[in-house]
Amino acid sequence: MRLTVDGKIHEVDVEPDMPLLWVLRDELGITGVKYGCGIAQCGACTVHIDGVATRSCQQWVGDVEGEVTTINGLGTPDALHAVQAAWIEHQVAQCGYCQSGQIMSAAALLAENPSPSDEDIDDAMSGNLCRCGTYPRIREALKSAATTLRSA
Amino acid sequence: MGRLKTFSRRAFLIGSVTVAGGVAFGAYMVRKPHANPLLADLGDGEAALTPYVRIDADGVTLITPRADKGQGAYSVQAALIAEELDVELDQVKIDPGSPSAAYWNTALADEAAQFMAPGDGISNDAAYGVLSSVMKLIGMQITGGSTTVPDGFVKLRQAGAVARETLKLAASQKSGVAVGELKTKAGAVLLPDGTSLSYAELAPLTADIEPPQDIELRPASEWRLIGKPMQRVDIIAKSTGTQSYGIDHKVDGMVHAAIKLNPAQSGPLVNFDAAEALKMRGVKDVIPVTGGIAVIADNTWRAFQAAEAVEAEWGPAPFPATIDEHWGALSASFTEDLQDSRKRDDGDVEISIAETGELVKAEYRAPYLAHAPLEPINAIVRIDDDSAEVWTGTQIPRFIQNNVGKIAGIDPENVTVHALYMGGSFGHRLEDEVVKQAAEIAVQMKGTPVKLTYSREEDLSHDFPRQIAMARMRGVVRNGQVETYDLGIAMPSVVVSQMVRQGFSVPGSDSQIVAGAWDQPFAIPNHRVTGYRAPELAPISSWRSVGASSNGFFYNAGLDELIHAAGADPLEERLRLCSNPEARKVLEAVGEMSGWDGVLGNGRGRGVALTQSFGVHCAEVIEVSNTEDGIKIDKVYVAAEVGTVVDPVNFDNLVKGGVIFALGHAMNCEITYTDGIADQNNFDSFQGMRMYQCPEIEVRGLENGERVLGIGEPPVPPAAAALAGAIFAATGTRLREMPFNKFVDFV
Repeated sequence: MRLTVDGKIHEVDVEPDMPLLWVLRDELGITGVKYGCGIAQCGACTVHIDGVATRSCQQWVGDVEGEVTTINGLGTPDALHAVQAAWIEHQVAQCGYCQSGQIMSAAALLAENPSPSDEDIDDAMSGNLCRCGTYPRIREALKSAATTLRSA
Repeated sequence: MGRLKTFSRRAFLIGSVTVAGGVAFGAYMVRKPHANPLLADLGDGEAALTPYVRIDADGVTLITPRADKGQGAYSVQAALIAEELDVELDQVKIDPGSPSAAYWNTALADEAAQFMAPGDGISNDAAYGVLSSVMKLIGMQITGGSTTVPDGFVKLRQAGAVARETLKLAASQKSGVAVGELKTKAGAVLLPDGTSLSYAELAPLTADIEPPQDIELRPASEWRLIGKPMQRVDIIAKSTGTQSYGIDHKVDGMVHAAIKLNPAQSGPLVNFDAAEALKMRGVKDVIPVTGGIAVIADNTWRAFQAAEAVEAEWGPAPFPATIDEHWGALSASFTEDLQDSRKRDDGDVEISIAETGELVKAEYRAPYLAHAPLEPINAIVRIDDDSAEVWTGTQIPRFIQNNVGKIAGIDPENVTVHALYMGGSFGHRLEDEVVKQAAEIAVQMKGTPVKLTYSREEDLSHDFPRQIAMARMRGVVRNGQVETYDLGIAMPSVVVSQMVRQGFSVPGSDSQIVAGAWDQPFAIPNHRVTGYRAPELAPISSWRSVGASSNGFFYNAGLDELIHAAGADPLEERLRLCSNPEARKVLEAVGEMSGWDGVLGNGRGRGVALTQSFGVHCAEVIEVSNTEDGIKIDKVYVAAEVGTVVDPVNFDNLVKGGVIFALGHAMNCEITYTDGIADQNNFDSFQGMRMYQCPEIEVRGLENGERVLGIGEPPVPPAAAALAGAIFAATGTRLREMPFNKFVDFV
């Protein structure tokens, strides 16, 4: 089957019920997308499908319609997305394992809602678990990215 | 805690060794040198300056042997070396190095090793105290006990300074300019005429130069890096999905393995039928391993699916089947026979209690808790005829060498461990079951790298959780003051559970049973803290702050009950009782930060707690509101005394993270057992804290103390008690058992 990921078209020969997460990680080698729980409880595997934040562990690859964007396609160290730049500026990460998913959820939120309230942020981000407890910095970075994007 | 001070002040020596094509500067020495692990693979023209600095034609590599599990250990170790070496962090490579005895965690390990060897017991209580309070483990390359900064603060700067001064001597010989006229900056020696000699070009010239000793480390006023906000070395990678963790690592030709363990942790496999699994796409083999079966496949998900399809018959858990029986075992442990320690016995508790009729009594409970780092544990192992290689995130690389060596039947020194980045640990990676199981598979398919990845369910239900613990207190108040506080704590020994799995016997008392309780800075006239050794129950392991994680709650919660009975203010009475100037300052700091002026009122409440753990006095004030939907945590104020805040950014992040970790579990989490099987196996049943519950947290680092201390664990112990105190103030409900959501709702 054919899959568009981060602007590239891939042909993959896998079971249609393989979760997108594992196709990305094991078949395409896109490892910025993380496995945390496999049941859509932690958000580490969050990607965008046509801009919508999606838990790739619960998304059968055979059902994917639209373009997939991962953390590796959102921006790169040399061409950062505003959310990534804010994450660096605020030094959000500790272990960093959840941050791919946090950033993808934050980017999707800001694309839809450029001026989220604290409650909007809690609602959009509470599906992304951080075991290190970086939530205060995630809030700060997200607000900072919102400001940057609004003035862009 | 006093022992830590003694040992960390021990002098370090830097020696030198000549090698082919260059020179290596002597390993860090305590009494005798350990072989420098960098010498083995040095090429021509390369030199290693101490085990912490390596310079070759490509530039400077800083060796950071303490594992980075998210706490920023690589950055802080690199910064300490760079401070004296005069290199910038963006111009060096950072390498955790290979496991080596040269990276012993301070002289402590040397002391401990005398008392602890396979089959030997520890007869000396003092020696055991050293082990259990700081390291728990023999002299090996361990990351734990919030020791990375205390261990490295002098040693790593000294390594940087010796390397710098030796390079200056080489530059002086080369240029004819006196050493005193040379300066160093950004990885180069600068001559007065402006010429710049890079460290890389000077490195081969150091071959015959004796490294200068007794170099005075720079005073704090000259620090370029320490104490100033730093950018973590991994922050860009971790913000762009380009940081590779253990679970992302690939080795040519590797196969993917999944595991299905007896759901009753450590119980045996009786029988299995893999017929269905073997028919599934991509499945190569299904083989038994200790405690379960492993599926080998061409993809992680296929291996997971096939593991689920294996039919297995399991034996019973080697511990009581129900959680009620575990609590029963603790309840029955408060006996003279099971008394493990009585490290504090001030005044006379018995006489005081006999003389008075006014007695406060209570019982407290802390449940088993999983570490549950977000990256499920994993390891890659390849075993060849005479050697083996391991790629994994670990806090115990030397144990892994031994254990893989045993399974492969080879010398542990021929086991190479590549330390990879970890997606959290919280103590989970002080265990190495995943590596042993990967090795059991790999030994059956020599030459093929086997990557074993746990599913979340297997990981969380076989997590080696935090100890279950119970406390009983009684006390007396008189004239509005706390007069008598008698606290007994019962738990199984974490140290024994952990060390027996590594093949060591550990007789003697276990100071973790009373850590965070017996050594608190309060001068109560009659004060006793007794540890009781419960029998070993479910297998347990060190969980961020270990014994203090439960005892910080017990101690402060009990003290709060007495203060309330006395009609006193929780902060004022703590200040009155406080016997340590550093502790007083942290209490005063959180008082000032929170504007503490007694009762909040209007359905709001505040609580305070202070715990000294790992040498750090850490105080927290928590404010809550009692809303229609439940308790809302409004604000947390934290002050901690660490001597020197090495990186204010990371300090702030670690303190906030520690508070969130502690509160999330205190509010929402427990591991319980039914039929010997953990009832929780994923984040739907073990939530921790999510963003909507996260309060605003204000942090202050105090630098009054002489000792430089680590902050990874100390914010954890006081948090639950401060929250319970706040909830009591807001609602009148006294919470004595975690998780608190069994008794109140949180919003």
